[in-house]
Amino acid sequence: MPTNAISGTLGYPNARGRDLPFRSIFVKGLEWFGELGIFFARVFRAAVTSPYELGELLRQCEAIGAKSLPLVALAGAATGVVLSLQTHDALSRFGAKSLLPAVIVFSIIKESGPVITGLVVAGRVGAGIGAELGSMKVTEQIDAMEASAVDPYKFLAATRVLACVLMLPLLTLAADFSGVIMGWLANNLADPISFRLFLDNGFKSVQFSDFIPPTLKTACFGLIIGIVACFQGMRTTGGTEGVGRSATSSVVLSSLFVILADVVLVRLILMLWG
Amino acid sequence: MDSKSNAEPIMIDNLYKRFGDHTVLNGITLHVKHGETVAVLGRSGIGKSVLLKLIIGLQPSDAGSVKIDGQEITSLNFQQLNEVRKRIGFLFQQAALYDSLTVEENVAFPLSRHTNMPVADRAKRVKELLAGVGMEQDLEKMPSEISGGMQKRVGLARALALDPRILLFDEPTAGLDPITAAEIGKLILELKQKRQMTAIVVTHDIRGAKTFSDRMVLIHEGNILADGPLSDLQKSKHPFVIQFLRDSS
Repeated sequence: MPTNAISGTLGYPNARGRDLPFRSIFVKGLEWFGELGIFFARVFRAAVTSPYELGELLRQCEAIGAKSLPLVALAGAATGVVLSLQTHDALSRFGAKSLLPAVIVFSIIKESGPVITGLVVAGRVGAGIGAELGSMKVTEQIDAMEASAVDPYKFLAATRVLACVLMLPLLTLAADFSGVIMGWLANNLADPISFRLFLDNGFKSVQFSDFIPPTLKTACFGLIIGIVACFQGMRTTGGTEGVGRSATSSVVLSSLFVILADVVLVRLILMLWG
Repeated sequence: MDSKSNAEPIMIDNLYKRFGDHTVLNGITLHVKHGETVAVLGRSGIGKSVLLKLIIGLQPSDAGSVKIDGQEITSLNFQQLNEVRKRIGFLFQQAALYDSLTVEENVAFPLSRHTNMPVADRAKRVKELLAGVGMEQDLEKMPSEISGGMQKRVGLARALALDPRILLFDEPTAGLDPITAAEIGKLILELKQKRQMTAIVVTHDIRGAKTFSDRMVLIHEGNILADGPLSDLQKSKHPFVIQFLRDSS
């Protein structure tokens, strides 16, 4: 015992000290995924069984979709401008400036638009849901709802998750649109080109598989953001500090899983529609 | 069915609840008769609020039985439990009003979900409920715009919305000034006299409990240490009962 105490003080890890944190983190990670799976099953069952909370769903679509629109459009526009400036310089060096519209359009609709939308919504909506539900949990509002014989998984979680799933593809369209417009505008300042010609050149080679699957994959991002944020919010403990933790973890985890899911979905889309 | 309808509204038998290594309720037994109001007393953190949450199924018990109107609730599924919950009103310690809804919407929430009332009738019912707790002037206010005492009044109106037969109060007077606490106590007494409701009131306010409760139970170390009217508790020779009553007065 004294040896352990001294080595602990000096920072020499003993056998138990070296083993336990890793095992503990691993077990906690598995528990988290298990609880997330149970939560997802419960939310899914609540979403597909009547009565349906259509009024609350519309309210959430407005809160998640309409209120995220300016930020998503701005992020898309910034991406379009940066893409245009960077690729203009690069393509000029190789004498391939005529490819600029196609590069901008392809980059935005295939990857930048969906991923930027996913990450922006994960930040804005993930934090919002995590904090709102976390606050409701610690102030017993979720208990009060359950005591009123209203299923919080249906009223609070299913509506938010569904709204995320429905709104993400629409927000992606907005990001794509503003990205292409601003890409043209930035390009137009350096090399004037009509908008129609820009679009003709940009979309000339675009096919169904270039546009629809990447846009619809953001529905998966919406599912991830909604589920992770609701889960983190509804398991909040520890008062206002816990609410802060839930909001942060909602953003961090949903962003991380959006990026990981993007890798898997891009591979899947290439396999199916490559 | 007869045995159910004749059963006492709340029957808790041998109920256990643990959180990790900590035993909160250690085989508690409590029966509440129709129209009776029971005040549950005890030190903070002893499990009084947990007891209320077990009665309404917000937390699962580890062992034991909870019967509402003769119906065992520990074995019910979610839908069946919700049917029982509609017959129970619950006033939370901090009122737990939905902070994104107005006062009016908070009280209308259970009505809009569990009744087919036309909108006009629902609005009328909400006004009646709020008038009953003296809050009819604040329909459009948000919970953050009203005081703690007012929030508890609105919480009480919401708890009464579905006309429950059983009411559970979690520290209804905690954190309130003596005048507001007395007003809440008066409202509980009025409910008891007018509606013949069965109620369990978790409280530290012995003086208030004396006015509205028929009997008091004192929880200590996970079980009921004393049970009866205040006069009976005052005759107890148990050192904890003596100390609790002395320090509370």
